[in-house]
Formats: sequence, C-alpha cells, structure tokens
Amino acid sequence: MLASGLLAIDPGELVAARSQMAFTLGFHIILACLGVGLPTLVLVANAIGLRRGDPIALLLARRWSRIMAVTFAVGAVTGTVLSFEMGLLWPVLMGRFGGAFGIPFAIEGLFFFLEAIFIAIYIYGWERLSPVAHLVSGIPVALSGLGGTFSVIAANSWMNQPAGFTLGADGRVAAVDPLAVIFNRATWYEVPHMLLAAVLVTGFLLASVYARGLLKGRRDRYVRLGFAIPFVAAAIAAPLQVAVGDIAARAVFEDQPAKFAAMELITRSGPNQPVTIGGVLIGDEVVGGLALPNLGSILAGFSPDTSITGFDAIPVDQRPPATIVHLAWDSMVGIGTALVVLGLWGLVLRMRRRDHAEARWFLRACLLSGIGAIVALEAGWVVTEVGRQPWVVYLVLRTADAVSSSGGIRIAFSVVIGLYAVLGVATLAILRTMSRRWAAADRLAGGRSTAGGAIPTGAATRNVSPRDRARTVPDRDDERVPYGPGDDR
Amino acid sequence: MTLVDVTAVVLWLGVTTYVVFGGADFGAGFWDLEAGRGPAGERSRGLIAAAIGPVWEANHTWLIFDLVILWTAFPRAFAAIMTSLFVPLGLAAVGIVLRGSAFAFRPVVRSERGVRITSTIFQVSSIVTPFCLGLAGGAIAGGRVSLDSSGGDLVRSWLSPTSILVGLMAVAVCAYLAAVFLVADARRLEQPDLASRFLRRARAAALVTGGLVVAGIVVLAADAPVLAAELTGRGWPLVLAGLVLGAAALAAIGRRAPFGTRPLAVGAVAAVIWGWGVAQYPDILPGTLSLADAAAPDGSLGALLVVFVVAAALIAPSLALLFWLTQRNQLGTQGPAGVSPAARRGD
Repeated sequence: MLASGLLAIDPGELVAARSQMAFTLGFHIILACLGVGLPTLVLVANAIGLRRGDPIALLLARRWSRIMAVTFAVGAVTGTVLSFEMGLLWPVLMGRFGGAFGIPFAIEGLFFFLEAIFIAIYIYGWERLSPVAHLVSGIPVALSGLGGTFSVIAANSWMNQPAGFTLGADGRVAAVDPLAVIFNRATWYEVPHMLLAAVLVTGFLLASVYARGLLKGRRDRYVRLGFAIPFVAAAIAAPLQVAVGDIAARAVFEDQPAKFAAMELITRSGPNQPVTIGGVLIGDEVVGGLALPNLGSILAGFSPDTSITGFDAIPVDQRPPATIVHLAWDSMVGIGTALVVLGLWGLVLRMRRRDHAEARWFLRACLLSGIGAIVALEAGWVVTEVGRQPWVVYLVLRTADAVSSSGGIRIAFSVVIGLYAVLGVATLAILRTMSRRWAAADRLAGGRSTAGGAIPTGAATRNVSPRDRARTVPDRDDERVPYGPGDDR
Repeated sequence: MTLVDVTAVVLWLGVTTYVVFGGADFGAGFWDLEAGRGPAGERSRGLIAAAIGPVWEANHTWLIFDLVILWTAFPRAFAAIMTSLFVPLGLAAVGIVLRGSAFAFRPVVRSERGVRITSTIFQVSSIVTPFCLGLAGGAIAGGRVSLDSSGGDLVRSWLSPTSILVGLMAVAVCAYLAAVFLVADARRLEQPDLASRFLRRARAAALVTGGLVVAGIVVLAADAPVLAAELTGRGWPLVLAGLVLGAAALAAIGRRAPFGTRPLAVGAVAAVIWGWGVAQYPDILPGTLSLADAAAPDGSLGALLVVFVVAAALIAPSLALLFWLTQRNQLGTQGPAGVSPAARRGD
C-alpha cells in the first residue's frame, strides 16, 4: 500500500475519484448548510412565537422543523457516504495521515451524535413536550451544528495548512500533536467563512420561498414573517462574510501562493498586480477579462508595491488549474457582493418605511438570492479544493498518490451519479409536496374562521379549490394548533 | 493494558453498539417487508415507523463513530479494508443512502404509489445493507483483507463461504433484535396482538440466528481454520455465553417475554461479537496486521480517548433522555395505525 503511490495508477480512476468526491461533497454541502442554519432559524421563530404568544411564528417554526427533518435525514446519509469515500477513494491519504487528519473528524462525530439525538427530540416533541422543554431541546441542535462545522472545517483546513505531525522514515505519521492539527493556520478563517456561508445559504434560500409567495400576492403575516426572519439573518451575515472572506484571501496570499496566483490569474511575479475580472489563462497569458491596475497588490498587502508570486515562480507540476479557480473565485466574490447589496436594499426599504411586499424588483432579486447563495457556496469550495491541487495535503501528499488502487472507481462514480440524481429529485419533490400542502391548507384555513385557526384572517380566501380540499381535508392538518397533535408533515 | 488495547476496546464497544441498535433498525426494515400488504401488515408498518422514527439517526451515528475511530486509531487497517472490500462497502454506502432517505420520505408522501415505492426501497435496502456489512466483516475475520491490494482483487476478498455466512448472520441478528425490540414497542403502544405477532417472529429469528452461529463455526473450521481455532480456543467462554444467553432469551420469549428479554437478547449478540474480537486479538487483520502495527501514534490515540470520554459524558445522558422520552411515549406523531395515506387519515 505504501508503494501504491509509486505504482502507475490508471489516470481515469483518478479523474473519476476526484469527480465523485467533488460531486458528492458539492451535494452534501448544501444539506450541511441547512443542517447548520435551519435549527437557528427554527429556534428564532419558536422563541418569537412563545414570547409573543404568536401562533403564526410557532406554525412557521413547526413547518421549518419538518423541512429540517427531511434535509437532516438526507444530509446524514450523504455525510455517511463521504465517510466511506474517505477510505474507498483515498485510502493512501487515510492510511498515512489518518492519525492526524482523523482527529477533527472524531470531534465532529461527537457533535453529529448530539445533533441527531436532539433533533429527534425536537422534531418528535411538538405534540407532548411542554413548550419550554421543547424549545430548550432545540438549543443543543443549533450548538452542535456550530461544533460540527468547526470540526469538519478544521479537517479541511488541515489539508490546506497541514500541521501537528512529524513523518517517520516510512512516510507515515510518527508523532501527532492533536491541538496543532485542529488549530492549524487555516482553521481561523475557514471556520467562520463556512459558518457564515451556512447562514447565507439557509437564509436566502428560505427567504426566496416566501418572496415567491409575496410576489404571487399573499400578504398575510405568515408569509411576511416567513420572509423576514431568514432574510434578516442572511442580510446580517452577508457583509460579515465579505470581511471574513477578505481576511481569508489575504491569508491564502501568505500561505498558499499557488492558489492565490490562480485566484487572481497572476502570471508574472512582482508588484503592481491588477485584479482581473473574468478572463482565462491560455498558455502563460491572461486572455480577456477586465484588469483593474494595482488593485490586486493593494488588496493583498494594502500597497501597490506588494509583490505577489506569479505562476512563473511556481513549478509547472505544482500549479492548480488556474482558469477554473479564477472564474470560481470571481463568481463567489461577485455573488457575495450582490448579496450584500440585496441586504442593504432591504434595509433602505425599511428605513424609508416602504412595504417590502410591494417592492417587486426587490422581491424578484430575493427570489434569485437562494440559488445565488448556493452557487457562491459551490464556487467557494472550488476555489479551496481545486486551488489546492495538485496536492491533497498541501505540499505533503499529491492527490494522484492518494487515490485508491481498487480499480472500481469509474463504475462506482456512475452508480453514484444515478443514485444522487434520484435522491436530489426526490428530495426536491418531497419539499415541494410539503410546501404545496401547507399552502393549500392555508387557503382552506383562510376560508374558515374556526377556533385554532393559526392562519391570519388576511389569508386569501380565494382559490379554495376542490383540489385543495383533497390535499388537506382528510388529514389532521385541520387542527392548526402549533403545539399538540397535528400532522403537518 | 496498553493505550492501543484501550482504543481497540473503545472501537469494539462502538461496533457492538452499532450492531445492536443500528442493527435493530435494519431488522425493522426486514419485518416491514415481511409484514406484507393489507391491513394487518399496515399496522405492523405503523408500529415499525413509530418505533424507529425518533431513534434511527442517533443509532446510525454509531457507524460514523466506528469509521472515525478506525481511520484515526488504525489508519493502515482502515486503508486496507476500504481498498480490499471496495465492492461490499460501496454497496453498503448505497444501501445506507437508500434506506435512510426512503424512510424519511415515506411519512411525507401522500400517494399510495409513493408509499409503496418508498416502502420497497426502505425494505430492500434494510436487508442488503447489513448483508454487505456482514460480507465485509466476514472478509476481515477470515483474513482476506490484504495490505498490498493493487487492484484486480475486487471480488475474491469477500466472495467466500465465511463472508456469505457472516452476511446472512448479520441479517438474521438484525431481524432477531428488531423482533425482540418490537415486542416491547407494541406493548408500550398497547397493541397486544402485534406484540404476539412479533413474539412468534422473535422466536423464529432466534432459532435461525442460533443455527447460523453454530453452522458458522463449522464453516469457519473449513474456510478460516485459524479464526475457528481461536473462537473455540480463547474465545470459547464468550461463544458459550452467547449461546446460553440466547437460549435464556428464547426461553423468556416462550414465556411471553417478561421484563429482561431485551437485555438477554442483546447480551447474546454482544457475547458473540466479543468472542470474535477476543479470537482475533491481538490482530486487527487476522494473520496480516496486528493492532500495534496498525495503530496511529500515541498522540492520536490519546486525543481519541479524550474525545471518547467527553462523548461518553455528553452522549450517554442525551441518548438516555431520547430513549426515556421514547419509552414514555413523549415523542412521535403517529401511532401504529399505519404508514399508508389511508391509514394516516384514519379511514
């Protein structure tokens, strides 16, 4: 096995392994963001509901917790796939560095365990637990989401800035300093960057759902509050994310010059480097793109005289694929900036006392913000992971030397693509079913003014079609009491 | 006891817990299939959904725990296992995805067809997954995991009598534990006829599982003589304890399963697992790699044990709270009415 790095590995297997890892990680990371962001938003809605005695906020909390149940389950199994893939795809990485790299994952396992336990208590506790006990049971879910993010991102940071180990003569880890592994140089900026990304993705995604309701003419408090809670959270996170991202970029400039050169398309080392917006690298030349002179050097070191390492100083076999990294970087920064503007737009509307529900262009922008946040998230991971290439452990182990020699990866990748396509479609279909059912129940409840009607009187009474009744009537959905029985799944 | 031994004990405790609790959830999927269609089967499925709904994700986490300990504490063994057993473990991962997502989707879909599809996926993957994990376990126990796997060995490592037998045993153990647990769940939810139904199934599963354990020793003697010798040599008190506890559990089931049947059944399964562990000691890959040679540096093991102690302090009471709330019927939305749209509407 030690020798397998020296054996010729089929390059097709390496491409398949990298593609599969990217694909499954890219899929899981969306669910992971929801797993971190949703519990907090659910708790906020739940707490507002209890403090103000507001059944609408409670109904939102209860329905969001149903979404959380589905996305958490799918996230749990896709996360398990990643655990298997660490060994199935990258046995050399694990065999040699498991003793160091594995430690943050062990801590993550602890947090995931707590999350799984308390999410079950919270989700299944709506009917019979006392409201306060129920709310309290949700707090460990949110906290373990934070802890879990910290641990997993510490592991990824270690791949970018490996520390806390010494290698023996056999190339394996001979001694380990666990704290140095966990708190490596990249942990400090990668962790907050990811936490904020989780808030952005969850907040804008959820807000975009209710923005759609507002655009379609719903004006009841349910839709307004459903929009406001996630939007405010995301709007606060957006500028913080730009600040953290700026710090992270400067740290990458210090610690990973090849990645930074790819991000900014720096070909020749030296001062007075531009920021290039768009553009591709063909051969050694930047083609296309808008160059803003000196800005690259200023952003990296606060002065046009800051010298930045270019590709000319990096051996060919240590360069990441620059164009991919650069365009991903531009996308992330561009979308991140746009999301800040969107948050400010919401603030300006508020300061001018304008009704968000009537600001159609604002709502249309919000409609896109969820997808935008996801694109930025994926682009950010492309920058981190593709930008680290050709290394899996930066400057220590090459990706090509870490891949499995089992010979079955191409077939596995085909299976995984099919499986995840079905899983993704099914998850979206399930979430859509839930959302339609709730909307139908609300239209129906709006037509009645019976007791227990958590739905505001402002809810539209139009459009109570026989289909709506068919969707809801026979269910216990009728009982719109946020605490107590009510099958609102 | 060295630090390596302590870590190995922690790993084996994690494996045992996963087999018992994660296994029982897979077994529930087996009985979900066996329940068949129609009103009676519908009620069994409702019981199964109510019983495992709140706990399956926490129980599943033991697998993550085991994988993480294995790759951190014994990285060489992890790498070798994952390379040699690429096929069964890859299939197990697929099965885990299908089982978990189908089970999570089933209560949400409202069409009869949707319930049928998610049910079938849940049931089949609940059987295939433990079988594949059993194949892998059999390959490890049988000494078929090699350290220098350089491709071309995708099949031979796990296609052996030992592997297939352990695979079947895994399915049987899951079904056995699930039936025993479901008896208690049915009583808790005041469904005496379902309790009787699962009592009969627990007895049948106990006999099949016991038979497979005995057959296993014969198959092992032919296919993996070294392990068989250790099992009947050093491991015999535990194997015997497993059989005695299993017989006691069977007798208890015969007397309509008074209090204590679950500990007896769990004890029987745990004893056999520890018999395997003791038989294999001090190797992690029998005949190929010792625990000591596979182990990560002391710094890693020490960190793991610290995490383990903190985890035990936090998780044990949390898990106890979850089980306590479940057993007191404080969690859950659905009684054992069923999982089909009609049953959920109470038609």
